[in-house]
Amino acid sequence: MKIDSTQPLEYSTEQNRLNILGFWIFLGAEIMLFATLFTSYFVYENRTGSGPGGADIFEITPVLIETILLLTSSFTIGLAIHAMRIQRTKAMLGFFAITLVLGAAFLGVEIYEFIHYYHVGATLQTSAFTGILLTTLGTHGAHVMFGLFWGIFIFIQIKKQGLTPQTANKSFIFSLYWHFLDVMWIFIFSFIYLKGMM
Amino acid sequence: MEFFERFAIPHPSPMIYASMVAIGLVTIAIIVGISYFKKWGYLWNEWLTTTDHKRIGIMYIISALLMLFRGGADAVMMRLQTAVPENTFLDAQHYNEVFTTHGVVMIFFMAMAFIIGLMNYIIPLQIGARDVAFPRLNALSFWLYFAGAMLFNISFVIGGSPDAGWTNYYPLASTDFSTSVGVNYYNWALQISGIGTLMSGINFITTIIKMRAPGMTLMKMPMFVWSALITNIIIVFAFPVLTIALLMGTFDRQFGTFFFASENGGMDMMWANLFWIWGHPEVYILILPAFGIYSQIIATFSERNLYGYTSMVVSMVAISLLSFLVWVHHFFTMGHDAMTNSIFSITTMAIAVPTGIKIFNWLLTMWKGKIRFTTPMLYSIAFIPLFTIGGVTGVMLAIASADYQYHNTMFLVAHFHNVIIPGVVFAMIAGLIYWWPKMFGFMLNEKIGKWAFWFIVVGFCFSFFPMYITGLDGQARRMYTYSEATGFGPLSMLSFFGASLLAAGFAIIVYNIYYSFRNAPRNIGDDPWNARSLEWATHNPVPEYNFAVTPEVVSSEALWDAKKRGHNLFKDKIEKIHMPNNTGWPIIMAGLFFVFGFSFVFFIWAGVILSGLAILGCMAYRSFEKDDGRYISVEEIKETEDKFGGANE
Repeated sequence: MKIDSTQPLEYSTEQNRLNILGFWIFLGAEIMLFATLFTSYFVYENRTGSGPGGADIFEITPVLIETILLLTSSFTIGLAIHAMRIQRTKAMLGFFAITLVLGAAFLGVEIYEFIHYYHVGATLQTSAFTGILLTTLGTHGAHVMFGLFWGIFIFIQIKKQGLTPQTANKSFIFSLYWHFLDVMWIFIFSFIYLKGMM
Repeated sequence: MEFFERFAIPHPSPMIYASMVAIGLVTIAIIVGISYFKKWGYLWNEWLTTTDHKRIGIMYIISALLMLFRGGADAVMMRLQTAVPENTFLDAQHYNEVFTTHGVVMIFFMAMAFIIGLMNYIIPLQIGARDVAFPRLNALSFWLYFAGAMLFNISFVIGGSPDAGWTNYYPLASTDFSTSVGVNYYNWALQISGIGTLMSGINFITTIIKMRAPGMTLMKMPMFVWSALITNIIIVFAFPVLTIALLMGTFDRQFGTFFFASENGGMDMMWANLFWIWGHPEVYILILPAFGIYSQIIATFSERNLYGYTSMVVSMVAISLLSFLVWVHHFFTMGHDAMTNSIFSITTMAIAVPTGIKIFNWLLTMWKGKIRFTTPMLYSIAFIPLFTIGGVTGVMLAIASADYQYHNTMFLVAHFHNVIIPGVVFAMIAGLIYWWPKMFGFMLNEKIGKWAFWFIVVGFCFSFFPMYITGLDGQARRMYTYSEATGFGPLSMLSFFGASLLAAGFAIIVYNIYYSFRNAPRNIGDDPWNARSLEWATHNPVPEYNFAVTPEVVSSEALWDAKKRGHNLFKDKIEKIHMPNNTGWPIIMAGLFFVFGFSFVFFIWAGVILSGLAILGCMAYRSFEKDDGRYISVEEIKETEDKFGGANE
């Protein structure tokens, strides 16, 4: 394994560089995935059948809390990668942990939100609108859930092995993923919630 | 016993029972055979766990050939049923199932697999790389494809085949009209193999962008590599749309949502739109690599540089962009306004321009060339006029107002077979014959190959040209029979005759493989076709590390120029080579995906949860696993190279 020390640790081997490019391409596919969901959402937005519409069921408080939690976690994962770049393993682990805790809190609020929808009679089976709403939010939420487990595994590996080209590479790719989920959330916040409540 | 009742076939026939027995016997025969010859260890160590792109490519191609025969059997059954008016060989339901599985198997499990198989084998060799960027992911891609294909293929003996056409339009595909689990199979088989395809796409783009030999700039890549790069970009952008469409379909059928329903806000046209936003780019995913293969073969056997290299690349990029802008032409008749239809009519016709440029480039490559009429070249030459006919009828179909006449008739069936068979299938056969010595170290017999060629070309013309006529006369597609008064009888019989010739042609190819395996000489050297690109600069068959020394390239016809102008491709000394380790996890994960899909099809939630958790467990294990691969030592490389008669240094 040739290590190129002029590059940051996460880019230092050939395989690392391949992994990062490959992951960017994967994010391209993910953008298409969410774009399809958003397109479908816009198509079904006003097709509420006998069920409630967006304005009837959206609540601003939990949504704002979710937004603040996820945006902050995107900031802290950025700090974690910065700490990684300057070789401060402890600080990095700290920020990484905060990111994961914020992510878990986000999920908690989202689960609360879903229970709320259930109670006001907006389930998958209510109408095409509620179906696509919950599918879009659920796809994002499932991504966050997946990210949490993935992040925990990487956290354990850094704790055990320290910062190596491999663990740095994994952390960096995880941060790309996490920022991506944040960007998707901004779209969800703007074009599903705000638009729906207007 | 109640649990097992769900696996019963809803619409049994003696043929299906016969297939069940046949599948059972073949499975037992394979297991007994492998055990008797004590080949389990060999199979597991050398093939099932391999991460070598060449072996994965060969496994793709073998699977594709198996699927070709499955889909081909469906095709012959359809032609047999419609050969005479009011035939009773198949009933309506059985016919629905047969045309559905024919379409799905041929597109997803035959053509896609064949293309990805050839890409797997050839792309790393053509760019002078040792493997793909993510060898292990590559193995997972293959096994997911295989799991999806197997899941789809057991549908007709367990629970019932899908019967809503390969396009699976709603409301026909909804639980109201497709009551068996067939469409669930469709959703899950395509979902699982689709994930594999997406990962292949990511893998190849990374490989082509990052792992080219020194000196090979983008505009010096062989045309097949260019076509593969563009194809894989289309894959990455098109397949997620299918993922979501299938997910929504699954929710509709299995969780009672209303996405494609006609009540509670649902809209059945949404499926058609999403399906074709993926489906039309899919057409180009199939044809662009075929264009790449023809470009290689025509240049090689005309002994000229490919004419208009830059325009070839530009036209492929143009096709890839346009491919996302034409999907509505698949349903002009479903009630859009004239403006919408006109726009999609024009974008569709626009595709003919870059495609036409390519046709002229191939013709001009042959112009004044020293043409050698080898079997792969014959397929390439036959492709040009036949594909042009298919293209012209495509432009006819693109005329929205006229499409009201052709829509859903045999004219359409004739058109798309006219582009897919001479376009994709001929290219796959030609590519297989062309690269056969690369893969197996001996050549296929040319004389038998040419017999097969004539059977296939003539058989193709007889099969599909009559459909243009009956289609214009109003014969609807997907109808299991017709009355004698329609007058479709004689032409349909001719079409059946053509299908028989096609089937015979494929049988001859199989015989050719057997014959050549027994009789063909093994001392064919490294470059039996006098070819032009890098894959022929290493030995036949290729050693596992591909190139003992990484080649250095100065032109787009790397090997040709090396031969003619005396460039030295291999300047470096032999050094130890890093290779990936074999791994059993991809096949295990794909097995779990199979269980997951199967359980989901039948609503067996315990199976879904357990296999789902096990899949996540595999991913967790992979996260913690340390596998840095292994090295092949210089001595080992020298020993291997000596066996081939010395290193290319």
